[in-house]
Amino acid sequence: MMPFIQDAAVAHPLDGTSAEWIWVVLMLPALGAMLNGIIAAISEWRPGPYDPDRKHWGHGGIGVTGEHRIRAKEDDVAGVTEELRSMMAHAHSAGETASTGSGDHPAVEEEPHDPDARHRWFYPVSIVGVGVMLAAFGLALAIYFDMRGARADEAFVRSYFTWMEAGRLKLDAALWLDQLSMVMTLIITGVGALIHLFSVGYMGKDGLYARYFMYLNLFVFFMLLLVLGSSYPVMFVGWEGVGLCSYLLIGFWFTVKSNADAGKKAFVVNRIGDFGMLVAMFLMFANWKALDYAGVSSAVQAIPNGDWLVTGICLLLFLGCTGKSAQIPLYTWLPDAMAGPTPVSALIHAATMVTAGVYLIARSGFLFALAPAASLTVVAVGALTALFAATIGLKQWDIKKVLAYSTVSQLGYMFVAVGAGAYVAGVFHLTTHAFFKALLFLGAGSVIHAMHHAYHKTRRHEDAQDMRNMGGLAKFLPVTCVTMWIGTLAIAGIPPFSGFFSKDEILASTFARAHGTTLAEASWLGIPGNVVMQGAWLALTIAAAITAVYMTRMMWYTFHGENRTGPGERGELHESPWVMTVPLVALAIAAMSGGWLNLPKFFTDAAPVGQSVSLEHWLEPVVGQATAMVGHGEAPHLAHNTELMLVAIATLIAIGSVAFALYRFRSIPLVPAKEDKHEERGFWKVLQQKYYVDEIYDALILRPGLAISNTLFYKGIDRGLIDGLTVNGLGWRIPWLIGKAGSALQNGRVSTYVWVLLIGAVAVLGAVATG
Amino acid sequence: MIAEALALSAALFTIGVVGVLTRRNALIIFMCIELMLNAVNLAFVAFSRMHGATGQVFVIFVMTVAAAEAAVGLAIVIAIFRHRQTVDLDGLRILRG
Repeated sequence: MMPFIQDAAVAHPLDGTSAEWIWVVLMLPALGAMLNGIIAAISEWRPGPYDPDRKHWGHGGIGVTGEHRIRAKEDDVAGVTEELRSMMAHAHSAGETASTGSGDHPAVEEEPHDPDARHRWFYPVSIVGVGVMLAAFGLALAIYFDMRGARADEAFVRSYFTWMEAGRLKLDAALWLDQLSMVMTLIITGVGALIHLFSVGYMGKDGLYARYFMYLNLFVFFMLLLVLGSSYPVMFVGWEGVGLCSYLLIGFWFTVKSNADAGKKAFVVNRIGDFGMLVAMFLMFANWKALDYAGVSSAVQAIPNGDWLVTGICLLLFLGCTGKSAQIPLYTWLPDAMAGPTPVSALIHAATMVTAGVYLIARSGFLFALAPAASLTVVAVGALTALFAATIGLKQWDIKKVLAYSTVSQLGYMFVAVGAGAYVAGVFHLTTHAFFKALLFLGAGSVIHAMHHAYHKTRRHEDAQDMRNMGGLAKFLPVTCVTMWIGTLAIAGIPPFSGFFSKDEILASTFARAHGTTLAEASWLGIPGNVVMQGAWLALTIAAAITAVYMTRMMWYTFHGENRTGPGERGELHESPWVMTVPLVALAIAAMSGGWLNLPKFFTDAAPVGQSVSLEHWLEPVVGQATAMVGHGEAPHLAHNTELMLVAIATLIAIGSVAFALYRFRSIPLVPAKEDKHEERGFWKVLQQKYYVDEIYDALILRPGLAISNTLFYKGIDRGLIDGLTVNGLGWRIPWLIGKAGSALQNGRVSTYVWVLLIGAVAVLGAVATG
Repeated sequence: MIAEALALSAALFTIGVVGVLTRRNALIIFMCIELMLNAVNLAFVAFSRMHGATGQVFVIFVMTVAAAEAAVGLAIVIAIFRHRQTVDLDGLRILRG
């Protein structure tokens, strides 16, 4: 095993257990990324169909595999010519599909190779990519069971080497394993392994399959580094790394410009948040001379509640969270991120990366508990985002866009929880959301896969993601339909599915913290804290109703009613292969039973199930102190009857909304997207246009920014000051003038030179003689 | 005795300098340079009467260098003449910057 520099000062219950192997969990995905990277480099060495130079098409390279060419040889002549004709037809139509750019993978459509041909390195890539994830998950499970056995109140910290040392700054490359990072590690490796398996089916025929798995494995490595790092800078490396992988995977089909632009947008928007993170870290080090979690938490012990410095640091950290976790005002990148492959949306933009902000606030609970104003900001932004994004989800036609806005909305719930100091509720919803949202995204992937396949067979270029083109798919995709309904019921908050318990706990915690807590006594922008908390509760309750409506709408229009694909496609629609349905079923089971992780107290009191696995009990050593600090020494809780009443309200709202949506959308028949002439009016149009936020940002920030850049910075400073004054002035025109004067002396007459020589000699002699 | 020798040397050197500065014919300028060199030689010989034979050794060196220089210089002058059919130095201005 790897040597470590410093041992824990005191004996830790996990010393010598499998927890010592935590670095292996981290490095396994890195190994996978390396191996798949090598395979990608080998398999993409020759120019292929993705090469911008189209003359290489069909001459080996990516996608057009050896086995494909052998099969072509074995076929009779007629078969070969048929294939050539189809290749030409595709090359011809490639321009049209690229220009629409709305499909899930138009770049694949452009490939002039047999759509049923697997990647040349299909088996090595799949085995490495999924294998490292399964191994990491297995090891994480072993560590989890050791952790359950040895109840550790302190984090298990292992330092492997000194990362950097300068002056008073000393940073170790150290891992920090406690109950919170354990939960995150299990989610990342467990849900991650299922999504990797799904990807085998979804991406196996893509020309860049090896590269895809390299990125995906690399993402898991950085995500694990983010949750296992022992200090803010180590966490920040993971934070930036997942951002990089997110960028690479959003723009995975980069030959279509809109996909590449979406990746760029995600990266640039996240930069704004990362600026906040960096400044927060600078402030921490400048004031407390510490950057690791242990050092910072001990440095703030003596700081009074509401200290301006802590508040500032918390707000800056939260700015980072709004970027990474897609909250107002930096959420706009997440809907665009749906340009990536659907498993990527499931893993990065639903289950793991976007929850990094929630993790960060739960991790920094000792800071946020000291800053009620910053915590109220988190609550207010989270509640606004939850409501705002949910309403947009009501009017989207793209199946992935609905899920994207739903993710933004659910992240808002988590932020309300962690902002209110209910860290357990936040992490609980994070966990259940990872299950049901990964499930929903993978289900959507399965639907898109089937639709895309059908359109490919009939050679029609329709949008495979538009719900108006679907309908009645339950008959063709029964497993996908059932599992997605489970996910929908979970997110809608129908008991006893997981989302019901976690969402209810967030609502109850928010309600409970509206009185008698530091938050309720503080004020936010002049609004009393208790009003903010009550408003957040109301917003979340309304958002819960809207969530149930838009999810039911999505399910109804996708799987039920009339089939709108067309007669040719209907014959080609079929259920996905087992590698895709197995993850769906596994996640469906998790989404059904995830609520048992943390059953509410009234429930465990009433039914004799015991405190088998309580997330609250499990996370107590990590967040217990911070939770208690918000409630003046003890965790806030509600009276028995109030809690029951809240549960009743939430249940009624969820069931009522689903029933209402079913009743409503049954009666509105749809037509395929191309024939749809229906124009939304009034507020519905505002919703369909996503509140025009992108346009507002464009008008308020981008255009003025561009104008300032163009006039002041480009024309004024760059071309005026730097080019005009220094480069062309000091650097060129003034030396030119001096040179011109000097060259006048060089008139070419030897006698002049002799005169100059003589005068010089006399001057030197005179100087020597007189001096 | 030495004063007269040095005065002659100075006079010859001055004649050489003035010739180089004022004349335009390359050959004349060349001869004036030789004159200057020999004025220096005269001064060396005059001084050797007071300070020993070092001055005369230098004169031998100067004459050697002057011979080499005369060979190279005359070759250049001939080359210029072949190109331009004149050795008037004021007409040679191709070094102008």
